[in-house]
Amino acid sequence: MNPTLYYIIVVFVVLMVPLNLAAILIWLERRLLALWQDRYGPNRVGPFGLLQSVADMVKIFFKEDWIPPFADKVVFVLAPAIIVVTVLLTFAVIPFAPSFVVANLNIGVLFFLGLSSLGVYSVVLAGWSSDSKYSLLGGMRASAQMLSYEVFMGLAMMGTVVMAGSFNLSDIVEAQRHVWFVVPQFLGFVLFFIAGIAETRRLPFDLPEAESELVAGFHAEYSGMKFGMFFVGEYMGVILISCMITLLYLGGWLGPWLPAGVWFAIKVFLLICFFILLRAALPRPRFDQLMSWGWKIMLPLALVNLLVTGALVLAFK
Amino acid sequence: MIANATILQELQQKLGEASIAPQAVRDQVPTFWTSREKVHEVVQYLKNEVAKPYRMLYDITATDDRVRQHREGMPASDFTVIYHLLSFERNEYIRIKVPLKEDSLSLPTITDVWPAANWYEREVWDMFGIKFDGHPFLARILMPKTWVGHPLRKDHPARATEMGPFSQSQEKVDAEQEALRFRPEEWGMKRSEDGTDFIFLNVGPQHPGTHGVLRVVVQLDGEVILDCVPEIGFHHRGAEKMGERQTWHTFIPYTDRIDYLAGVINELAYLTAFEKLAGIEVPPRGQVIRVMMSELFRIASHLVWYGTFAQDVGQMSPVFYCFNDRERIFDIVEAVCGARMHPVWFRIGGTSLDLPDGWEGMFRDFLKYMPPRLDEYDRTVMKNRIFKARTQGVGVMTVEQAVEWGVTGPMLRAAGMEWDFRKKQPYSGYENFEFDIPTATHGDCYDRAVIHVEEMRQSLRIIEQCVNNMPAGPYKSDHPLAVPPRKEHTMHDIETLITHFLGVSWGPVVPPGEALGAIEAPKGNNGYYLTSDGSTYSYRTHIRTPSFAHMQTLPLQCRGLLIPDLLAILGSIDFVLADVDR
Repeated sequence: MNPTLYYIIVVFVVLMVPLNLAAILIWLERRLLALWQDRYGPNRVGPFGLLQSVADMVKIFFKEDWIPPFADKVVFVLAPAIIVVTVLLTFAVIPFAPSFVVANLNIGVLFFLGLSSLGVYSVVLAGWSSDSKYSLLGGMRASAQMLSYEVFMGLAMMGTVVMAGSFNLSDIVEAQRHVWFVVPQFLGFVLFFIAGIAETRRLPFDLPEAESELVAGFHAEYSGMKFGMFFVGEYMGVILISCMITLLYLGGWLGPWLPAGVWFAIKVFLLICFFILLRAALPRPRFDQLMSWGWKIMLPLALVNLLVTGALVLAFK
Repeated sequence: MIANATILQELQQKLGEASIAPQAVRDQVPTFWTSREKVHEVVQYLKNEVAKPYRMLYDITATDDRVRQHREGMPASDFTVIYHLLSFERNEYIRIKVPLKEDSLSLPTITDVWPAANWYEREVWDMFGIKFDGHPFLARILMPKTWVGHPLRKDHPARATEMGPFSQSQEKVDAEQEALRFRPEEWGMKRSEDGTDFIFLNVGPQHPGTHGVLRVVVQLDGEVILDCVPEIGFHHRGAEKMGERQTWHTFIPYTDRIDYLAGVINELAYLTAFEKLAGIEVPPRGQVIRVMMSELFRIASHLVWYGTFAQDVGQMSPVFYCFNDRERIFDIVEAVCGARMHPVWFRIGGTSLDLPDGWEGMFRDFLKYMPPRLDEYDRTVMKNRIFKARTQGVGVMTVEQAVEWGVTGPMLRAAGMEWDFRKKQPYSGYENFEFDIPTATHGDCYDRAVIHVEEMRQSLRIIEQCVNNMPAGPYKSDHPLAVPPRKEHTMHDIETLITHFLGVSWGPVVPPGEALGAIEAPKGNNGYYLTSDGSTYSYRTHIRTPSFAHMQTLPLQCRGLLIPDLLAILGSIDFVLADVDR
């Protein structure tokens, strides 16, 4: 096939799949939560309620797009765009199958870390520009939480980088031909998973929005499609983190019998379901507890993990 | 009819015979009148000096006595302020009355003796316009700041149609809005200190964590709570005023809506007081049916609390499981009573109907269904490490503090006092049942949860005993004041027919007197203090609710903690806004 055409198709697929998947995820999450909570969930619009997301989209597009008069307008509008843009950009370095990747960067891991740090700005700026006390508290929590969890997220995933000897995500997957990194890097896997939940601000780490405390936290003042972008951004974040976990620890597209892309999809799907299950099961820790766990337990563990991995890799070289 | 006059003699010896005037009442509560000059001294003596002291300020209220007809044995009085104290050592209430003249409506505050008197005195000021000299902040508490008049005075209209047409101009709207603005200075709070500006965060009246229309203004330094002001009254519906224009019988539906989660338990509180006043004995079957339905509602109320408390600390699922279980309870309630949340099923002298055919099977199914569910919630909620981290050591309250602030129910037991009015002052035949009073030691949010969960198990035990030992016989008393009267004799003798006719058309005429009936509601001690002036209407219906007393302790519990703790504490208190505001 013409390589240019191939790349255009890849870009198109990579752009459209996460966006549409995020919409379906809204339905999936509501149905799964309902299943685990002994109720029905959305089951009226279309078969099994599948078109619920479409109905939600139509509604959200036609809602009044209101900007509070006291808000900082430019930043207020910019904030939801940042989250969607950073998450979508990160998908560029995700290899869904061998050579099915938009940009096969040799620093793919760093690119991911850099953009997820940029994503924090979205939440902080949203909280700040809303000029409302609840949003401010949510934004403050978000910046503190994400800064501290980003540190050990980076450190945790360095174990896989050391073992694979490359920052390139495709190389990391290929290095797992014999054994998935979840086995030798189990501690790193757990740490990265926890940091990943914190990064996507989902329960039990949803402190920036903490419904029962801060009403909606950083996006309390948002409505219409701007709110919708935070919403979609969060779900795409879930997909992204699931993709990263799959790539770094669960052997990416590797697997017997089935085509590479299918294996990748299955692993990502199971991880997403696990994210939702966590939301159904766990309470929310307090802000200060979260911070002290992050700095006092997670960070030292990540450092130890990296040190031991490095030492072993050196010793057996 | 003064049961225990020794305390009165003691007081007379101490303060002089002239200043203590005993009064006969229909309940067993020692009651006496004293003057406003002496009341502070009396209260101080009863709390701190007398042997077996009265440690708890149970209630303060007042009556407008200007149009009262029957006042035998009572001094002249336009307005009477009434204090109820409770002694745990004596297991006894005491009632102190202070007569006031219309032209000088004031008396000294007792907030220096009991800080808990603060809200009660504000309520009396709000409702009657009686001033308490020396009160730290005597402002309206239930009515809006802009209200004109004092609603529980007899000359204040009870219906909107008596007040002239209502209009809402823009100026009025603006004035009301302005009145809602929080001014920290009024509450003695600083806006900044040592170069730190404080945030005043307005939590509520519309907020997912406040469980209704409650407003809490929180003074914050970062996320640390320095102080908070609970503002109540958004759910005030004038239940006490309604009591004065409904007949004794037709007031029962209003009681259901006070603590709207506890259904028939409210009716039981009201009827306990009423039956003391009217001298009605409920037959054994009626008593056991009442106990059985009350315990069912106690479980329903605790289930709502359980689920929403887990929700407040961020756990999403338990609330759905708990509501499902509550739905099973409502199925039974519906089969027995016909309605679900507000069954209005107890009647004066018994219940509305006998139990329906097949009731036993439904109860037995539920008794089998519920215990495994409770075990499962123990695993998902109580043993969850994050849940423990969020609730242990948060909102700690000692027994001394609890007693000082009038705290009863699960919160008192969580602090460590083994006190349950079902056991200590049995009513409706609770003395015949075997059950334990669960207690804990820390008095924090987690221990409150422990108590609630264990109480559900104890309630199941009581229900099981009811099902196994349901007595035969009438479910309702044959007393002439029982409404509606039983039909059996009506068509056979003229006396019963006439009583029946009057009881149903006018309502029962209750002899003059007063009585306090207080029971162990799911949230604490719920008491009705009824005054009859010998008519078909109550002269004064006062409702003492646990949530009101508990809500007042909120600042005490949450100072120095964080916002999430405030929500955890609010969740653990187990309050209902209608129960706070009435």
